[in-house]
Amino acid sequence: MNATLDNTIQIAEPPKNYEVLPKESSAGGTDLLEVAMGPHHPSTHGVFRMDVVLDGERVVKLKPVFGYLHRNHEKIAENTTYLGSMPYTDRLDYFCSLTNNWAYALAVEKLAGLQVPERAEYIRVITAELTRLQNHASLVGFLMQDMGALGTPLMYAFREREKILDLFESLTGARMMCNYMRFGGCRVDLPEGWLEQANKVVAEFPRFVDEFENLISGNEILMARTQGVGVLPKELAINASITGPMLRASGVNYDIRKVDKYGIYDRFKFRVPLGDHGDVYDRYMLRVLEMRESVKILEQALPAIPVGPIVDPKAKIRGFRPKVGEAYGRIEAPKGELGFYLISDGTPNPYRYRVRPPSLINLTILEDMCLGRVIADVVIILGSVDIVLGEVDR
Amino acid sequence: MDETLDQLFVWLKHLLVAIVPAAWQPLVSALISVAAIILTFAGLFALTTILERKGLGRIQNRYGPNRVGPYGILQPVADGLKAMTKEDIVPRAADKVVHFLAPLALVLPAFLVLAVVPVGRNMVAVDLDAGLLFFFAVGAATELAVFMAGWSSRNKYSLLGAMRAVAQMISYEVPLILSAVTVIMAVGSLSTVKIVEAQTGYSGVLPHWFLLTPWGFAGFILFMISATAESNRSPFDLPEGESEIIAGYYIEYSGFKFALFFLGEYIGMFAICGLGITLFLGGWTAPLSFLTWVPSYVWFFSKLFALIALLIWVRGTLPRLRMDQLMNFAWKFMLPMALINIVTTGVWHFMPPGLVRWRPFRRQKLVQTDISVCRLIP
Amino acid sequence: MLGEGILKGMAETARNFIGSYVKEDRLTTVQYPEERLPQKEAARNFPFLVFDGNDPHAGMRCVACQICEKECPPQCIYITKSKDRKPDYIGKPQFYPSVFDIDISVCMSCQICVEVCPFEAIKMDTDYELSTDNRFGGLLLDKNKLAKSADYYRKIHPTEAAEVDGKLNAEKVKAEAKAKADAEAKAKAAAAPKPAAAPASPPAPPAPAPAAAAI
Repeated sequence: MNATLDNTIQIAEPPKNYEVLPKESSAGGTDLLEVAMGPHHPSTHGVFRMDVVLDGERVVKLKPVFGYLHRNHEKIAENTTYLGSMPYTDRLDYFCSLTNNWAYALAVEKLAGLQVPERAEYIRVITAELTRLQNHASLVGFLMQDMGALGTPLMYAFREREKILDLFESLTGARMMCNYMRFGGCRVDLPEGWLEQANKVVAEFPRFVDEFENLISGNEILMARTQGVGVLPKELAINASITGPMLRASGVNYDIRKVDKYGIYDRFKFRVPLGDHGDVYDRYMLRVLEMRESVKILEQALPAIPVGPIVDPKAKIRGFRPKVGEAYGRIEAPKGELGFYLISDGTPNPYRYRVRPPSLINLTILEDMCLGRVIADVVIILGSVDIVLGEVDR
Repeated sequence: MDETLDQLFVWLKHLLVAIVPAAWQPLVSALISVAAIILTFAGLFALTTILERKGLGRIQNRYGPNRVGPYGILQPVADGLKAMTKEDIVPRAADKVVHFLAPLALVLPAFLVLAVVPVGRNMVAVDLDAGLLFFFAVGAATELAVFMAGWSSRNKYSLLGAMRAVAQMISYEVPLILSAVTVIMAVGSLSTVKIVEAQTGYSGVLPHWFLLTPWGFAGFILFMISATAESNRSPFDLPEGESEIIAGYYIEYSGFKFALFFLGEYIGMFAICGLGITLFLGGWTAPLSFLTWVPSYVWFFSKLFALIALLIWVRGTLPRLRMDQLMNFAWKFMLPMALINIVTTGVWHFMPPGLVRWRPFRRQKLVQTDISVCRLIP
Repeated sequence: MLGEGILKGMAETARNFIGSYVKEDRLTTVQYPEERLPQKEAARNFPFLVFDGNDPHAGMRCVACQICEKECPPQCIYITKSKDRKPDYIGKPQFYPSVFDIDISVCMSCQICVEVCPFEAIKMDTDYELSTDNRFGGLLLDKNKLAKSADYYRKIHPTEAAEVDGKLNAEKVKAEAKAKADAEAKAKAAAAPKPAAAPASPPAPPAPAPAAAAI
């Protein structure tokens, strides 16, 4: 992978004492410059540090350092009941709390053998797609912000996101920490007037995406800064177990909604956009196209909600003891494949609880994408990976 | 009536100068011009900061500052107080003299070049025969200030930022001057007053501005792009707005010196926009022939506001260019375009009179004045 | 055309600039604190204890069963059961909490306490202006601060309160009907002449009124 470097720079093994960096001079007799793009930074999407070694302007080595937001989520889950861990899953990827909830509920339902009624499945799909819409909207806004467009696209994206968060608040009670899915269904039913409101939001969303594309997609400066930058080849993406929009931008057709067909996704017609080059521009365009596809799913799902119960009658709120066993439940979260691996030993608390965080696994490839590029590109590449530190660090 | 309104400030100045005994008159006359320029443009700076923030806010679907004073008008006062009362931190390893002089080296040339920009009819501080040359020579001194700031901070990152800023500003000087050369060719003089005088006169309703000629239009666009780059404004604000790695060459400045940098940058922006107005937009002349009754300084400042609004609009829309793309753009696109523009001007100059063709250096009769031109009496 | 994307972008920005003066959805700022957005009905912030009637102590629905304390994920509820009993809304003597503290600096508003409470005693409040300058215990709300009347609950969550009221009234009616049936049976047994007849119905054992127990 580091074939472009000459042999005077040893990077192969991780050094035992990281502070001792090789000070060999590269071409020109200048020293290598080490920069810590530190945890306090306006463009690193959270408390995240990158130790970058520069040769002039080119990146020679990049080491991501995280853990500043580690909150012992998995250990806490071993001492809490299954239901008690549900509010903690909201706080993993705090932009997309409803998809986190769904992934966890899916894992527990597999473990305990619960059946989800129809109406709850429709509501789950609708809330998950709304979550995907607002996540992708904020992401392209933040990418523009990192590029220096002073917050204008970000403000437009947040204007739309507010409408979706209002929907979440009237349904679940909270804008971001929803705590809405339960094992076997959802917590409460749709309130009065929610469907009309949701229809209105979904009807207005394509106009926002069109305006956004007018503002940004054809912009020559954007194209000059993002095309050919941060290319991720197909084989490398598959080998590094990258999932989500990053993988599809590299041209691999893998969307868990189509592969696993969890929930009732096989009832909806939607396409999966794929990228050609795997650069930052492809990832940006892919998210815009995914927004449009999500709107299509919503337009199919919203009129078709059946009446019925909201939760499996066999599910219990207190004293929930699934039988001994293990289960892995995964969904296509907006950032990638979010998976929960649970081992139960028959007690109310899980024996082992493990989160597969898409942001962390997508982040492992950052160095390979950034080698040889200028420092100004590193920020943009990081922005296109779409990380949320709550998920990276748990 | 029109004349008196138009020449109001000139008349005021003559009044004040006449009070003083004859030996002091040159000095007082100069001082009054200087005071007028400083007060006007510093006031304009304060107004522009609040307008920019409110304009950007409205573009982004929000209010700008609106708590300090009605509609936030007193926000610059609050900002000024803040800048003056903040602690002035000088790094221990910094070169103290250069560190102190850098903001001054930015502000002084910016104000100095305003002396040759004609703000109204007969309202220029100094009518130099080589006014344009003076402008570009002194204006280039601002680049020195940027480098002084970066160097004196003894900070590796701010030095990097300063070097980039200087590279950018020097690269964009070339298209800037070349696009001004076309105007010099058309007028045949380097004096800003004569350039404006060459653009008075109307064919029917339309004015004889150089903007309305083909080479002038292209030259104006090139000039404005270079002006944006010279003022380090978005989308060319890589040296100052580097959210990537460093905050730029003035990272080690705080308090009033930072405010001086800010002031210097904005005054430089006004100066270069003012020059653009003088060269291409006809200075203080009215856009349509039936509007000449409006005083000349009103037209100048309206055009200045329009250009500032354009710069704010561009800032709110476009993302930043990367350093190498910036330099590529300057050397590989703007420079050839500017050279082609010069050739076009020459061709146009020798074309026979036709539909859009008018001969600018045949002096049109000025519309009305008979107050003598106010010159700096040596 | 060269620069077309940039010009389209600038047209878009201009549209937003002008639109912010004429259309409302292009200027979405709410000038807090002069204007406030109305809360959604389902909004939740921190819990509070419901009491019926006017007296917070006598009308408190909480019977200190401590289920919410056990189920709370960050364990921010502290309850001490009382030694004596007081009558609840049906009239049966129940324990009550002598100490009921919620530390809202720990509470994460997950609402699990509301879901598991069998007595409809703890509900979610919507008040969000809770800042205090007392850093040692200013955010530890005790029973007095937590107790709010059922009328307040009906005001902030009308549909939910209507449902809860319906349920509690149904319980009350059922309990009254049962008490009446018991009393009648007892009177009949007392009035019956047969001395050897065992009492018709044993005295009903004190059963907790199960509202929605999923125990």
